[in-house]
Order: sequence, then structure tokens, then C-alpha cells
Amino acid sequence: MGGLLVILFTFLIAGFAPIISPYDPGKTDVSLKLKPPSPQHYLGTDQLGRDVFSRMLYGSRVSLSVGFVAVAISILIGILVGALAGYYGGWVDSLLMRFVDVMLCFPSFFLILTVVALLGPSLFKVMVVIGITSWMGTSRFVRAEFLTLRERDFVQAARALGVKDRRIIFRHILPNALAPVFVTATLDVATAILVEAGLSFLGFGVQPPAPSWGNILTEGRTYIFDAWWLTVFPGLAILLTVLSFNLLGEGLRDALDPRLRGRR
Amino acid sequence: MGQYLIRRTLYMLITLIGISLISWVIITQAPGSPIALTLDPKVSPKIIEQMEKNYDLDKPIYQQYFLWLKRLFTGNLYSFKDGRPVMRKIGERIWNTLLLNLVAMLIIFSLAIPLGVFSARRQYSFLDNLGTLGAYLGISIPSFWLAYLLILGTVKLFGYPVLGMRSFVTEEFSTMEVVLDRLWHLMLPSIILAIGGIAALSRYTRSSMLEVVRQDYVRTARAKGLPEETVYYKHALRNALLPIITLFGFLIPGLIGGSIIMETVFAWPGIGRLAYQAVLARDYPVVMTINTITAVLVLIGNFIADILYGIADPRIRYG
Repeated sequence: MGGLLVILFTFLIAGFAPIISPYDPGKTDVSLKLKPPSPQHYLGTDQLGRDVFSRMLYGSRVSLSVGFVAVAISILIGILVGALAGYYGGWVDSLLMRFVDVMLCFPSFFLILTVVALLGPSLFKVMVVIGITSWMGTSRFVRAEFLTLRERDFVQAARALGVKDRRIIFRHILPNALAPVFVTATLDVATAILVEAGLSFLGFGVQPPAPSWGNILTEGRTYIFDAWWLTVFPGLAILLTVLSFNLLGEGLRDALDPRLRGRR
Repeated sequence: MGQYLIRRTLYMLITLIGISLISWVIITQAPGSPIALTLDPKVSPKIIEQMEKNYDLDKPIYQQYFLWLKRLFTGNLYSFKDGRPVMRKIGERIWNTLLLNLVAMLIIFSLAIPLGVFSARRQYSFLDNLGTLGAYLGISIPSFWLAYLLILGTVKLFGYPVLGMRSFVTEEFSTMEVVLDRLWHLMLPSIILAIGGIAALSRYTRSSMLEVVRQDYVRTARAKGLPEETVYYKHALRNALLPIITLFGFLIPGLIGGSIIMETVFAWPGIGRLAYQAVLARDYPVVMTINTITAVLVLIGNFIADILYGIADPRIRYG
């Protein structure tokens, strides 16, 4: 539950960033550079005199949207691949699952790094690339659900009535197979936020001057011995948000699957 | 068994070809030419043409792929950036990466399993809950951030450099001091690289233990009056560790992804950093080869895990 509260809080911050933030996140003032946290600048200022608190508020928008858009993409692909493989079985299943195996063998971070670096980094590309390299887990879960569900009576009945395959897959089976998808989706948001931070660290995330938690942190590391606040606060924000999504995901798993309760 | 090994090897080869094809398409079809980066715009088109010819860039894409394969196996593959043989460039650095990853793997297994067993024995105790919290923190923390905090901390505390594989002035060091110096430099990156794995693996061990101790044979062992220690470490642990073996294979891609970041933070001269620099320079041969080598490592890891699983659990049949 703590996780849910932090996530709601982060959403509020992201939504009301323009109202809450005391300064323009892009406004530079070299006379104010690298000032430690104070009542005027709650989290201090950076090397260009920008207010870190305001930049963090706007950065939350970037981190959250990367997480959610990337996961939306990965879930769409994962559901489609998993549903087709699980419903049709046979060679369709073998082919798709071999493809999943191949994708799983890629060290995904290296793949993401390569693709983003070659295409040229931008917010949109980072989201898409993280999405298309992280759907394999979802597709495996969905496939497993479909394998058991397609033998059930209600599916047989639908088939006997002559319902089209597409309708059986999306209307009859899919709603019953969504529980594990929600769990992985929540956990994947956490991973996607971490991956964006890692990419920012290597210089391929969201590009400055647009603030993201990852690139505030990365710009700050040059001044780590003089201005600890530039490194500590964005890192803490990432840690807390990712932690909350992980906790929420585990909580959802327990709630949706009572058999597992108390085991973890 | 023999037949299984053959089928398995064949299947690994097919997967490997799939991986190399996909990465080939991604890498070569991305916009931007490697030549544009190495030369200034004043160079005559003739020289560019010559370079394209040298790098096989003038040939159709499928031919480029086979040429890459041929050159890889005949050792004629050269880096775009400095013209040195790719295999030698990688050979110089791969041992450093393997050292880092093996030490991290060692740390993961030697810490995570006892931690998991300990938590399972004291389920819902204060220490178990602390362990759960620690595990969540471990999978949620950005590794490079932790690295910077720890670098800051150790340098301030001990005043001794931690970056690189060794200190700069090692000439007047005794053998003992050199060894200690190397270990010191290895310590931080391998520990940070291991943290995510420790968190995940200790949780798996814990839930696997909790599942096993509910089994009938554990109750039987208790009923016949065996001491608690024997029940836990001889009867339960062995069976609880079975599913852990398969995780061995799954850890490898994460470790390799992590070493790109760790090697960059700690200026560690491994293939992760080489890969990063090669990506920046669009050095296709190097990127492709490192990609393939890491895929081979992942496949070998999965393969070893499968074999170990069969040895540990005779009920598994290779069908």
C-alpha cells in the first residue's frame, strides 16, 4: 500500500509540476550556480544555476511517461504474440516461442543501447525501443494462460456456436488471462524507469536541456565532490519510484493469486 | 543423453544464427554511415568509394552478412575505427570482463543462498522482513548511482583510488601489495554488479525453501527425529536448490548489461566499455562480434544450467 501512495504522489507531482515548481526549470542564472539546498532553492541549484527542485518536478513527467508508454508497447506485443502462440499451438506456437527464446538471449540492455545510439536518442525512440525489447515475459505468461483456457468449456461452447477465432481470443479468453499481465506490467514499469536512467547515464537517454531524473543525475556526477545534492536527490527519486512500482507489483500478485499469498 | 546433446547443440546454433541475423539487420540498417564519422567532409568521393570497398559497404546487405561471417571465422575481421583485428581487440579485454562477471557470480551464489535459507527458517521474523526490504531495495536501486555514492564514500574514508583495474604507481609495490591492489579495485564494481542478482536469487531461494519444507518427506525426516539442522541443510536445501540452478543461465544477460555501466563508471578495461565505444563510433564489426560473443555466453550459460539440472535431479529425462 505504501507503494501505491508514493506512486499517486509522483503522479500528482508530475501532473501539477507547472503549478508547484517555484522556478522555470530551464531558467539559468550563473550567479546562483551550485548553491546548496536552502529555503529559496529547496534542493539547491545546478552548474547553470537552475533550480533542482523545479527540474526534478518536470523530470518526474519524463520518467513516468517513459515507464508507461514503454510498458504499453511491450504489453501490446506480448499479448498478441502470447495469444497467437497459446491459442493456435502447433507450428505457430513453435515459431513464435523460438523467436521469444532468441530475443531472451540478447543481453537486452546492450541491444537497447545499440539501437538507441544508432537511431539517435530522443524521448520517443527510447520509449519505443524499451517497449519492443521487453515484451517476452508478458508473452510467455499470456501463452501459458491461453494454453489452459482454450481447453475450457466456455471456449469449446463459443467454438461450437461458430464464433470467429479473433472474437474468441480477444473477447472470451483474453479477459480471463489478464491478471498476470497486470502484475508483470507494474514490475516492467519499474524496470523501464531504471533502463531510461541507465541510458541517460551513458548519454543516450532523454537529451538535455529537457530534464529527466536520469540526466539530472548524470550531469550532476561531474560535481559529485562539490555538490552532492545534484547526485543524491534524483537518485533517491528514482529509487523510491522504482521501489514503489516493485512493491505494488508484488502486492497485486498476492491480491490476484491468493494461492501465492504468504509465500513471498 | 547423447542424442539430446546433439539436438541441443543444433538448436543453439539455430538460435545463434537468428540472433546474429537480427542484430545484423538492426545495426546495418540504422541511419548514418560509419564513414561519415571517421572522415571530414572535404575528402573526395573517390576515397569514400575506396573505403566503402574496403569495408564491403558497397555490396548488397545479405552478402555483407556472409562476408562478416567468413571474416569472423578466418580472422580477417578488422575494426572500422583503427583497422586492428577485431578478435585481438576483444581478446585483450574479454578476460577482464569475465573476471569481473565471475567474481560477481561467485558473490551472488555464496551470499544469496545462505541469505535465502536464513530468511526461510525465520519466516516473518524481524530479520526476514529486513531481508525482504533489502531485496526490494536491491532490485530498485540504479546501479550507477550506488556506484557513485560508494566511490564518494570509499575515497573520502580511505583516500585510496578505486577507479581502473589497478593503481598507477605499482612499480615499487611488492607482489603482495600488487595482489591486494588488484583485489581492492575489483571489490566495488563486482559487489555492485552482484547486488541485483543477490536480491533476486535470495528471494527465489527463500520461496523455494518455504515450498519444500511443507512437503511430506520433510515432515517424515522431522518425525523420525532428525536434528533440525540435518532436516534443513540435507533434506530440504538440496531440493529447494533445484529451481535455483536454472536461474544461473538467466543471470548472465543481466550481468553483461550491468557490466557496460559498471565498466564505464569504474574505467574498467573490459568488453562492455569496448562495446560502448564501438557503438559510439559505429564500428559495426566490433559491435556485431561482441553482440555475438555475449549471445554465445548466454547460450552456454543456459546449456550448463540444463545439464546441471539433469545431474542434480535424476527424475529429469532428456526427451
